[in-house]
Amino acid sequence: MKIIHCPVNGPRPLQEFYFGGQLRAVPTSEQVAAMTDAEWSDYAFNRDGSPGIQKEWWYHTPSGTWFIAERDIVTDGFVRTYLFDQADQESHNDG
Amino acid sequence: MPYRLLKFGLSSEYSEPRMFPVQGELRDAYDVVIIGGGGHGLAAAHYLATEFGITNVAVLEKGYLGRGGTGRNTAIVRSNYLTPQGASFYQASVELFKDLSRQLDLNLFYSERGHFTLAHSLASLRTQRWRAEVNKQLGIDSELITPEEVKQMVPEIDLQCGGHQPPIHGALYHPPGAIARHDAVAWGYARRAGEAGVEIHQQTAVTDIEIRDGAVCGVHTNKGFIKTEKVLSAVAGWTTEITQMVGLRTPLVIHPLQAMVTEPLKPWLNKIVVSASLHLYVSQSSRGELVAGASLDPYELISMRSSLDFAEGTAGHLIDLFPMLGDVKVLRQWAGLCDMTPDFSPIMGTTPIRGFYLDAGWGTWGFKATPISGLTMAHTVATGRNHELIEPFNVSRFSDFQLVGEKGAASVGH
Repeated sequence: MKIIHCPVNGPRPLQEFYFGGQLRAVPTSEQVAAMTDAEWSDYAFNRDGSPGIQKEWWYHTPSGTWFIAERDIVTDGFVRTYLFDQADQESHNDG
Repeated sequence: MPYRLLKFGLSSEYSEPRMFPVQGELRDAYDVVIIGGGGHGLAAAHYLATEFGITNVAVLEKGYLGRGGTGRNTAIVRSNYLTPQGASFYQASVELFKDLSRQLDLNLFYSERGHFTLAHSLASLRTQRWRAEVNKQLGIDSELITPEEVKQMVPEIDLQCGGHQPPIHGALYHPPGAIARHDAVAWGYARRAGEAGVEIHQQTAVTDIEIRDGAVCGVHTNKGFIKTEKVLSAVAGWTTEITQMVGLRTPLVIHPLQAMVTEPLKPWLNKIVVSASLHLYVSQSSRGELVAGASLDPYELISMRSSLDFAEGTAGHLIDLFPMLGDVKVLRQWAGLCDMTPDFSPIMGTTPIRGFYLDAGWGTWGFKATPISGLTMAHTVATGRNHELIEPFNVSRFSDFQLVGEKGAASVGH
């Protein structure tokens, strides 16, 4: 059984978690207003699905905790997990 | 060993013909380089040579032929999809499959079984009715049937699912649904392509693609550089590595999908049974093994590892449908990679990079499309224009907001 380290509840089995997709920069409403159709479709659909370590959202269902995991999507190894922080917030709004 | 037998074995008169010729060194240049020696890449090579007279072609495969999705799927062929674009595309594929054993002169064990998609709720029943009506409009043999009719054709099924799952309300029945020997499809295409002059290089990995002024000019491999102006990427689960080399952004993300076979049993199941709610599809191979597949793994992963969670879940659901399988043993389990698109349709054809052609987004629907994707991609590479059947699947559909929402795809929650 695969164990994931929840930053609040510690090590818990994979079945308690839900994968929330890649962590991506979310544009502000002003940035969205200034986007071209091509930029918007790129934001809406395209993903970086290439091999390597990626930051992603995970959700611990029993405790309702959303958190960030850095995971190697080739080896399935979790590098670290932590709660969404200031650094993520800044890159989040880079648009 | 009797001398007579040894003499017979060594005689050139009775030598066993090779399936594919031993391949020499890579040459410096080819008209077309195909990345990926799976069913799709080999079919495209075959049709390029036989239909379009382009034989100066190299197929590069980093492992061995059919190592990826080709030999890891559950070998189901059907065309009862939901969108007109999808249904006509897969219907053309089924038509090609029917005659393929003869064309390739290799027994593909293509076996029409009839394909059930079980509905465990009224909402699901409504979707199946919708699919049946779309299919009928397109001339595809497909009908909604009652639970009693399901029981009549598959007497072993437990319509109540032992009370562990919602009962079966009915099913979409697609009589032409078939299974085939999937490795043989790749081998058959490879042999025919090889006979026509195509070179097939296994153990040859592409490390980079050279682009100048927005056009492909060559491919770097672990065995040296190849000059070419046309590259077809047919690597399904490894597509994101290739698109990264050419700087093409796509919506593709990779999820594993797992499957398993049981020990061989006497023939008892001559239908293909699929239940989306139970995340299960099962058929009995010509060898007698039950081949069972699950839904996608719930998170992104570019690895062909298999898990105990899968084995438990799928075995449990098999018993829900067929309680008498309780003491049947699982022989092996494995995983394949699915390159998923947000609309569950493939990404095919030309790209913004001149000379770079993409055959990707094969998610859970790649094997059944092998012949038609080979043919349409060969047409596209040869003429530089998308074949009309694959126009709706171009990568430009995302920037044009023209998605093809294919809710008839397998192992997809809907």
